[in-house]
Amino acid sequence: MGDVYIVGIDMLKFSKSAGVPPEVLGAEAAINAMDEAGVTIKDIGTLYAGSAFTGGIAQRLQKQIGQTGIPSASVSNACATGATAFREAMFSVKAGMTNIALAVGCEVMPRGLLGGAGEPEGITTEGLTGSATMPAVFAEAGQEHAAKYGTTFAQFAKVSVKNHHHSTLNPKAIYQVETPLEQVMGAEMIAYPNTKLMCSVNVDGAAAAVVMSEEEVRRRGLMDRAVKVRASALASDAFQTRNPTMHDVNLATQMAANWAYEQGGLGPNDIDLIELHDCFATAELLHYENLGICGPGEAGRMIDDGETAIGGRIPVNLSGGLLSKGHPIAATGIANLYELSCHLRGKAGARQVPNARFGLAHVVGLGTVSAVHILEKVS
Amino acid sequence: MTETVTEPPRPALPFIRYGDDGKPHVEARRCSNCQAVVTSNPYACPSCGKRNTLVPFVASNKGVLHSYSIVFRSFPGVQTPFISAIVDVEGGVTLKGVLRGVEARPEAIKFGMPVKVVFDDALGRKDRQGHSYISYFFEPA
Repeated sequence: MGDVYIVGIDMLKFSKSAGVPPEVLGAEAAINAMDEAGVTIKDIGTLYAGSAFTGGIAQRLQKQIGQTGIPSASVSNACATGATAFREAMFSVKAGMTNIALAVGCEVMPRGLLGGAGEPEGITTEGLTGSATMPAVFAEAGQEHAAKYGTTFAQFAKVSVKNHHHSTLNPKAIYQVETPLEQVMGAEMIAYPNTKLMCSVNVDGAAAAVVMSEEEVRRRGLMDRAVKVRASALASDAFQTRNPTMHDVNLATQMAANWAYEQGGLGPNDIDLIELHDCFATAELLHYENLGICGPGEAGRMIDDGETAIGGRIPVNLSGGLLSKGHPIAATGIANLYELSCHLRGKAGARQVPNARFGLAHVVGLGTVSAVHILEKVS
Repeated sequence: MTETVTEPPRPALPFIRYGDDGKPHVEARRCSNCQAVVTSNPYACPSCGKRNTLVPFVASNKGVLHSYSIVFRSFPGVQTPFISAIVDVEGGVTLKGVLRGVEARPEAIKFGMPVKVVFDDALGRKDRQGHSYISYFFEPA
């Protein structure tokens, strides 16, 4: 199967949508991506659109951008929804179904805490059998690392300081505000050790990508804007005793990362920048190890030493990440690819990683499913 | 005429069961093929995929604290703070629940601390029909 390239990609600035439905957000991102690729809906052979909270999103979207009758599918795959839609679009090109496919992720989020719904029958178990809220679940994942390696509250908090700093350089992030360590640690405690500033931002948004076969990219003369999909992997949670009593975001991430490295013939040392799933500050440190950019137990030292900050050895979440760019669930997977594409095209402005050649994007959703993509600059 | 039937509190979770002696316990299952332990009752063993191999057993009431979070913000009506805890119970079962009898501050909570699993009324919570419930809690051993 031949290589697939991103030739048009966009994300909307993440914000609260104020009543705009997800398919309208998705339509705007899709149109921007198609414009960049120099195609119209008539050129698109397949559509995969994702939303975690709105059903039938692909067909809703088609009513906004053109009902051409092409094969379309609505994708829902937890926090890997956008990445899964992208992957399906890529596979439809790889399989020869079409030379041009469109992937969209769009989301209008429910407000407030996610997770921990009550039982349909009986009584609510929140606060009775622990907490199923996302801040608590990811706090427990972080505390497991703390138990094993002595990782501290301050080290977790430094992730938020870094990612908020990064997003001051990203006009498409919802926040452009510095948050010093004292402010992050002193913010309202939600679920120790995650304070409010260590939780991802509940926003709405959309991102979209047009992918093409190599032959089509060449035929249309679009290599100047093309970004190569070097690897795409998706892993679900293999059985472990504690999971799902204690959700595990580590193993699926490790498996997806290993498969992606193997597929791309690359290792962690080849990667120039990473957009990873910092849904909570506690999660980011775990993924340094899961993605192999440091050894077991070294994540705390890595954040202390600034290795993952802008200008560091391997910058992580230059976009501001989910913590400061925002996390509209289904848009996130494609928004990560947008950020990588900006760098690989040399168009990331003040946060540009010089001479970036390979970027890695990671998402992980509970249940569990994780996607890892590696994108490559076209030289 | 209505008949008054004394009914024991209902289990808050499906794997809380009453034994023949009327005492509550956690019912887990161990796979006779691969030894995996679960608290669910699936069609096949989620670890090895074999069918009809999951054998129920009564979980121990002794365990150690694996991880936790101190929850300050929860859903409306849920009293905070509380300690949401992951406990590894002897025999391979992992349970999630509330750790009580310990101050809700990190300095008071030690990873690996021994805990016991105790059963008690489900914080006074009742369903729409007014039934009482029973759940488990963790306490320092």
